[in-house]
Amino acid sequence: MLQLEHLSKTYADGTRALSDINLSVREGEIVSLIGGSGCGKTTLLRLIAGLDRASGGAIRLDGEALSGPHPSVGIVFQEPRLLPWLTVSENIAFGLDHLSATERKSRVRHALEKIGLSEHAERWPRDLSGGQQQRVAIARAFVTNPKVLLLDEPFSALDAFTRASLHEHLLGLWEETRPTVVLVTHDVQEAVTLADRAIVMQPKPGRIFDELPLTLARPRDKTGLAFESSVRRVLTALDHSLNTSRQQPQRERDRQAAALWW
Amino acid sequence: MSGEIATSAWSSQQEAAALAAPSPAEKRRAFDWRMLLGLLLPVAVALLWEAAVRFGLAQGRLVPPPSRIAATLWALAETGELWTHVWATLWRIAAGFALGAVAGIVFGALSGASGTVRRVLDPTLQALRAIPSIAWVPLFILWLGIFEASKVALIAVGVFFPVYLGIAGAILSVDRKLVEVGHVFRLSRVKLAKRILLPAVLPEAVIALRSGLGLGFMFVVAAEFMGASEGLGYLLVDGQQMGKPDQILAAIIAFALLGKIADSLLVLLTKPLVRWQDTVRERL
Ligand SMILES: Nc1ncnc2c1ncn2[C@@H]1O[C@H](COP(=O)(O)OP(=O)(O)O)[C@@H](O)[C@H]1O
Ligand SMILES: [Mg+2]
Repeated sequence: MLQLEHLSKTYADGTRALSDINLSVREGEIVSLIGGSGCGKTTLLRLIAGLDRASGGAIRLDGEALSGPHPSVGIVFQEPRLLPWLTVSENIAFGLDHLSATERKSRVRHALEKIGLSEHAERWPRDLSGGQQQRVAIARAFVTNPKVLLLDEPFSALDAFTRASLHEHLLGLWEETRPTVVLVTHDVQEAVTLADRAIVMQPKPGRIFDELPLTLARPRDKTGLAFESSVRRVLTALDHSLNTSRQQPQRERDRQAAALWW
Repeated sequence: MSGEIATSAWSSQQEAAALAAPSPAEKRRAFDWRMLLGLLLPVAVALLWEAAVRFGLAQGRLVPPPSRIAATLWALAETGELWTHVWATLWRIAAGFALGAVAGIVFGALSGASGTVRRVLDPTLQALRAIPSIAWVPLFILWLGIFEASKVALIAVGVFFPVYLGIAGAILSVDRKLVEVGHVFRLSRVKLAKRILLPAVLPEAVIALRSGLGLGFMFVVAAEFMGASEGLGYLLVDGQQMGKPDQILAAIIAFALLGKIADSLLVLLTKPLVRWQDTVRERL
C-alpha cells in the first residue's frame, strides 16, 4: 500500500506545486493522475520517486516512510532516458547490477520477449523508434520487480497506433508481478484503458479535485458503451476542474448521474 | 502471446520505417569516392606550377616546384637527417602532450565535478589562458634552461587549456536527466561517475584531446624556433637562414603528414570508447 499523507511541495521560488495531497493506492492497483499541465503531477511522481524532497507530509510504502530513491520504487519518465552508450539489453540490465550474471541475463531476455524487442537486443538506442525506446525504458523499470511503478506521461510523445500497442505491453508486464502503478496522463482514453481509478487534479496550488473509480472488467473493450460512459464521466470531472475551480465535486457527480439516468 | 506474432501486431508503421532505413554506420562503411574530389585543387595547382617552372614561365627560386621539394625531402630521408628531426619533434610533442593532457584532464574533471573547486580554480586558469602562451617563453627559458625542459613545458601549456576547458565543459553539460536515472537506481558517487558521467563525457573528451594535440603541433614549432639544434622547427629556421625555401616547404609537408597521422592515431585509439556515437567524428 502506497500512502501519501498531507503531502505538499513548495519550490524555492515560492511556487506551490502541491498542497495537502492525501491518497492511498492499494497493492496492485493502477491509479491514473489526470489534469492539465501545471497541476503538479510530475512533482508528485518525483517526490514519490525520491528525486525531490517534499516540503511537508509523508510518503509511506507498506508503512515504511520513503525519503529518497527506494529499490521498490521504479519510474518511467516522459522521455525514454536510455543511456546512449549502452545497447538495448545493457540498458534494461542497468538496475540489475546486484544480481548474478545468469539471473540478470534471464530477466533481460524475458523482458525483451515481453516487449517484443528480442531481435534488437544488441542495437543502440538511437537505432530504435520512439515507441521502441519507450518500451525499453518501461522494461528497464520492470525488470527490478518494483512494488510501485511510476509513469509520467510515458506515451504522450507517441502517435496513436504506437500508444495503443504500448498500453498492451504495459498491461502485459503488469500482469506478471502486479505492481502498484501510478500513471500520469492527460489522455482520458488512456486513463480509462489502463486504470482502476482516475484522480483528477487541479492547479495553483496542485491538489486533488476528484476521484473516479473505473471498474470495467479487463481486458477492456474500447468500443463498448461502458467504456464510453467512463470516458465521459472523467471528461466531465476534468471539465469542471478546469472551469469552475470552486465547485463541489460530489454534487457535480450526482448531477451527472442524474443526467445519465434521465 | 508469443513474441513473433505479438511483435508484428504491435509494431506501428513508424517503427517499421525505422527498421527499414539503413543505419548511418552502414552507409559510411563503403568508401566514398567523392572524397577524392578534395585532392583535385592542390594537385592541379602543383602540376600547373611544375609546368610553369619547367617551361621557364617562372623561376621557382622562392617557390620551388613540387619536384624539387620532393627531391629535398627524399635527400633528407636518405641521409637519415629527416628522421633525426622527426623523432626530436615527435618526442617533444609526446612529452608535452602527455603532461598537458593529464593535467588538463585532472583539473578539468575537478573543476567540472565540484562547484567549489570550480569557483576557486577556474578564474585563475581563465586569467592564465588569456596570456598568449608564447609570452611564457622567456620565463620558461630562465626557469628551465634552453634545452628540452622549457620546450616541453611550452607545449604542455598549449595542450593544457583546450583539454581543461573541454573536459570541464563536457562534465558540466552532462544531461541531468541521465544523471537522474543513476539516482533512481541509487548508484553511489563512484558508480555514478563510472557508469554515467565517464561514458557521457568521453566523446567531448576525445574532441578536447584532439584540439589539444593540434595545439601541441603548433607550439612545438614555436618551441623549436626558440633555439634548437634538431627538430622540424629547426629545419624551418635553418631553411630560412640558409635561403633554402625547398627545405622549408619540405619541413612544412612533414609537419602536415605527422599532424594528420597523429590525429588519426588518436581517433583510432579512442574509437572503441565512443563507438556508440556516430556524430563525434564528423564534428571536427
Ligand atoms: N524545479 C522547479 N522549480 C520551480 N517551480 C517548478 C519546478 N518544477 C515545477 N515547477 C512548477 O510547479 C508547478 C507544477 O509543475 P509540474 O509538477 O511539472 O506539473 P505537471 O507535471 O502537472 O504539468 C508548475 O507551476 C511549475 O511551473
Ligand atoms: Mg509533467
